[in-house]
Amino acid sequence: MTNQPTPAPGTGGPDAALGDTTFTPAFDHPLSPKERMTIDRGHMPEQDALLRAANFREVNLGYSQQLAMLEAERCLQCKNPVCIEGCPVRVNIPLFIERLRVGDMDGAAASLLDDNALPCVTGRVCPQEIQCEGRCVRTKKGASVAIGSLERFVADWAMAHPDRSTPAAPATSGRSVAVVGSGPAGLTAAGELVKQGHDVTVFEAFHAAGGVLIYGIPEFRLPKDIVQQEVDRLVASGVKIETNAIIGRTYTLRELRERFDAVFLAVGAGLPVFMNVPGENFKGVYSANEYLTRVNLMGAWNPESDTPVLKGHRVVVVGGGNVAMDSVRTAKRLGADEATIVYRRGKAELPARAEEVHHAEQEGIRFELQVAPLEVLADENRWVTGLRCIRMELGEPDASGRRRPIPIEGSEFVIDCEMVVVAIGTRSNPLLTASEPDLALNQAGYIVTDEHGMSSLPGVFAGGDIVRGAATVILAMGDGKRAAASVDAWLRGAYPPADESLAAAAATAGTTSGG
Amino acid sequence: MHTVIDTAQLSPNVTRLVIEAPRIAEIRRPGQFVIVHRAPGAERIPLTIADADPERGTITLVIQAVGKSTEDLVALRPGDAIADVAGPLGKATELLDHGRAVCVGGGVGTAVVHPIALGLAALGVEVISVIGGRSKEWVIFEDELRRAGRVITCTDDGSYGRHGFVTDALREVIEAGGVDAVYAVGPVPMMRAVAELTRPYGVPTFASLNAIMLDGTGMCGGCRVAVGGKTVYACVDGPEFDAHQVDFRELADRLGTYRDFEAHALDVARKRRAEAQSDSADVADVAGSAPIHAPDGSCLIPGLATAAERQEAAAVAGEPRA
Repeated sequence: MTNQPTPAPGTGGPDAALGDTTFTPAFDHPLSPKERMTIDRGHMPEQDALLRAANFREVNLGYSQQLAMLEAERCLQCKNPVCIEGCPVRVNIPLFIERLRVGDMDGAAASLLDDNALPCVTGRVCPQEIQCEGRCVRTKKGASVAIGSLERFVADWAMAHPDRSTPAAPATSGRSVAVVGSGPAGLTAAGELVKQGHDVTVFEAFHAAGGVLIYGIPEFRLPKDIVQQEVDRLVASGVKIETNAIIGRTYTLRELRERFDAVFLAVGAGLPVFMNVPGENFKGVYSANEYLTRVNLMGAWNPESDTPVLKGHRVVVVGGGNVAMDSVRTAKRLGADEATIVYRRGKAELPARAEEVHHAEQEGIRFELQVAPLEVLADENRWVTGLRCIRMELGEPDASGRRRPIPIEGSEFVIDCEMVVVAIGTRSNPLLTASEPDLALNQAGYIVTDEHGMSSLPGVFAGGDIVRGAATVILAMGDGKRAAASVDAWLRGAYPPADESLAAAAATAGTTSGG
Repeated sequence: MHTVIDTAQLSPNVTRLVIEAPRIAEIRRPGQFVIVHRAPGAERIPLTIADADPERGTITLVIQAVGKSTEDLVALRPGDAIADVAGPLGKATELLDHGRAVCVGGGVGTAVVHPIALGLAALGVEVISVIGGRSKEWVIFEDELRRAGRVITCTDDGSYGRHGFVTDALREVIEAGGVDAVYAVGPVPMMRAVAELTRPYGVPTFASLNAIMLDGTGMCGGCRVAVGGKTVYACVDGPEFDAHQVDFRELADRLGTYRDFEAHALDVARKRRAEAQSDSADVADVAGSAPIHAPDGSCLIPGLATAAERQEAAAVAGEPRA
């Protein structure tokens, strides 16, 4: 059913279809699948590695219209589009690509925005290779369709043409929802709920909305003005945002339950995890949370910012995930001659997106793999001078399915450095959860929900990292979207929602998009 | 936005700001703090709430101007606005509900101990405040603390009140007996001295830690400090802790993380201000293009400059750069 009939070529005339460009599609009729298979995947243009390692501008430069339309031709428009199943927010991928292919930018944008509240973000930070692109049938014979790059192109076009992609305001439901946390889960839920006509207020502890999108992910991977525009678009659609509001301090959860008909908790997994080795409180040791927040949210990358950040010639980042890559690449851009990743497993086990590891290697980041930290060393004034480490060998797979690292006796060595950034994960923050004894938590302090996202408190839903533990932006967004459907059902007195309602909504989006 | 209602200079470098913050004024409790973010580009600064007026919807902040960011805050005038005030943060003080307590305040810490003293007095505790400053003009909040009970004022130079440190007066009060708890807020050396003084007497003693922090919710971990051998976060586990358990050396050390940066930033800011106020070419020459951050990152971590010099020397000698 998602095999949409191809819109007539040239619908609306080439000028209307292509927005500001005067480019005319060269393809007057659809290519055959065989012809499509002959097109190679379009390379994402990017800043030169040496140049970008010294600035904070975005690494990926984005497709041109021509490149995007050519890439769209590579999509085979499968009858059974498995790419959609790989997407946590169930974007109708073939539909927006087909509209892009024929130059129907308005239609492509409407379809994408209907499925995804933050497409400029996901087009940049999703691990597509293990999601939509990982499922793409073209991977059986070569490279997948560059779905992420196409999403980014359509999303950026929509952002540049706000008058062309604003859906009509829905009828108000008369119900109100509090969303706690303005990260990817909270913003996605807010966007979905406001579409249903609910009165949505998002509470954010920091002075700016976006959560990890603004304090965590660096400018060179996700420009902050892009996040701000996504937030502005949500505000324009009716979402209210109250910053500087810490639930558990400024307001209690109980107060929110009294003031609002439903609550969605999406506070993230905010507490940094440290290594628990000697010397961690020396000057020059940062949590990745603190390091990235200083540089990103507080703008310390800019010499005019009042917020300071330490800069070392030699910086060691402990960890192998996306946050570790963000930290080490940030250190490089802040002038480190030697920026090194220390990770206790091997390259194949690095949890970071493949593209981030690749970009880091291009930028001259050193990788000390199968190495674990033992102690932070410092001088007499307690400034960091090095990290004492030990080499590891990989044994049998552990509970996570990854090979367990085992220390190699006698292999200790010291990496000289002035700074250590700890990026080995985060855990739940008890500030909100501990303030409400009736809110059921698991042993690790994460909120327990039913299969539809409702917590032990009626009308209080939860999603994102505070339920699943530290994960990715897109998984949090998937939770936000699913929770929004549950909240909507709850507010309409139809809870629990029908099973698969989200998948069904995604599958039928083709018939409703644009409205 | 939070409008500044009133300002007053209390001592040569301490200023009181009364600002609009109705929600915080309504629910704050003694010992809690806020994080103030003056404007885009400014630092987030934790400041203890010195007083609040729920009816007027205002809170009182007492600020010691020691760096660029605090100088910018004390330069605010009534009618000016502060972009963001988040809070109230931190745990409220665990107030004694009977007996006798001593509230020790040093410098700007006197303003921080003030709500604790009033809170204790409201619960019927006998409060003796021991406050101090370098000299007479550095003593603040004396009259306000009288509302909570007896006040013993000390100055280092003897220009007002007792001659000597607050610990001298505190020792006499403790030796007189009957003290059930001591609350100390002030410079780290003062709090450490108070803790060492009360330890042998076994008097429960609490110190309010002014650690460096960004968010105030436990997220950055910047305010971590060892208490009883265990790392805790001043923002969410405190700011008040058992003073006998606090590693004051570590606290003081971590507070010095950005000392060089702050000195540089203050220098640049003052030159820029001077430049803005006069057309003097020589001042403009110095301040014109200097960034708040040192242009060479090496100034931020002591010893780095020498490391860089070493590398330069090595490069000149034909050795490859490390």
